[in-house]
Amino acid sequence: MTLAIFLTLAVVSVIFALIVVFTKNPVHSVLFLILTFFTIAAQYVLLNAQFLAIVNIIVYAGAIMVLFLFVLMLLNLNKETEPQKSVGWKIAAGIASGMLLLTLVGALKGTVQIPIPAESNSQIGLVKNLGRVLFTEFVVPFEIAGILFLAAMVGAVMVGKRDLKR
Amino acid sequence: MLEVIRTIPIEYYVYLSSVLFCIGVFGVLVRRNAIVVLMSIELMLNAVNLLLAAFSTYLSNAQGQIMVFFIMVVAAAEAAVGLGILVMIFRNTKSTDISLLDRLRN
Repeated sequence: MTLAIFLTLAVVSVIFALIVVFTKNPVHSVLFLILTFFTIAAQYVLLNAQFLAIVNIIVYAGAIMVLFLFVLMLLNLNKETEPQKSVGWKIAAGIASGMLLLTLVGALKGTVQIPIPAESNSQIGLVKNLGRVLFTEFVVPFEIAGILFLAAMVGAVMVGKRDLKR
Repeated sequence: MLEVIRTIPIEYYVYLSSVLFCIGVFGVLVRRNAIVVLMSIELMLNAVNLLLAAFSTYLSNAQGQIMVFFIMVVAAAEAAVGLGILVMIFRNTKSTDISLLDRLRN
C-alpha cells in the first residue's frame, strides 16, 4: 500500500516536472511547479516529516511561487513572447542531462544500503522535536538565517527601486 | 516503526531525486526565459530536499530535516533577489531572454 502510494506520487511528480520544463507558456510552468511541490509535500507526509510538509506548502507553494506568478503577471509574459532555443541546443541539453542522470544512477546503484534499524524514532519529523533541535543545536545558524533574510530583503528593495536619486 | 522504512528501499528515493534533479538541469539548459530557469533551480533544490528528508527519516536523525529547513530559507532569499534583478533587467531591455545578457561581457 505504502509502496503503491510512493510510486504513484513519484510518477505524478516526474510528469508534472516534465510539464514545467516543456510547456511553452511560463504561467503554466508556474502552476505545474506548484503541483510538483504539492506531490513532494505528500512525500514528506509519507516520511512522517509533517513540519517539512507544512513548511513546503506554505513557503514554496504559498510564498515563492506566488512571487514568481506576480513577476510573470507584472512583466506580462505569455506564449507569444517566449524565446526559444534552437533544436540543436535542445538536443545537446537533452543528451547532457540524460548523461548526468545515467551517471548518477549508475554511480549510486547498490551503494546506498541502510540496514533496517531494530528500533527507530518515528517522531523526529514532528514540530515539537524539530523545534527543540532547531533552538538548541542550530540556534546560531537560525539567527544567521535571520540576518540573511534581512540582507536579501534590503538587496531586493534596492535592486528594484526605480531610481537611486536622493 | 514507520511503514515506509519497512516497505520502500532508500534507493527508490535516490532514483526519484536523481530524476527530478536532472529534469531541473535540463530546464536550466534548455529554456531561455530567465524566470523559468529560476524555477528549474527551485525544482533542483526540491529534489535535494526530498533526499535529505528521506535519509533523515531512515536514519532517525533530525539534522537532515533541519538542513532542509535552511535550504528553504536560502531558496526564498535567492528567489526574492533573483526576481528583483530580473525585474530591473526587464525594465532596461524589455525582455527576460537570458541570451541577451551576454552584453554584460563588454
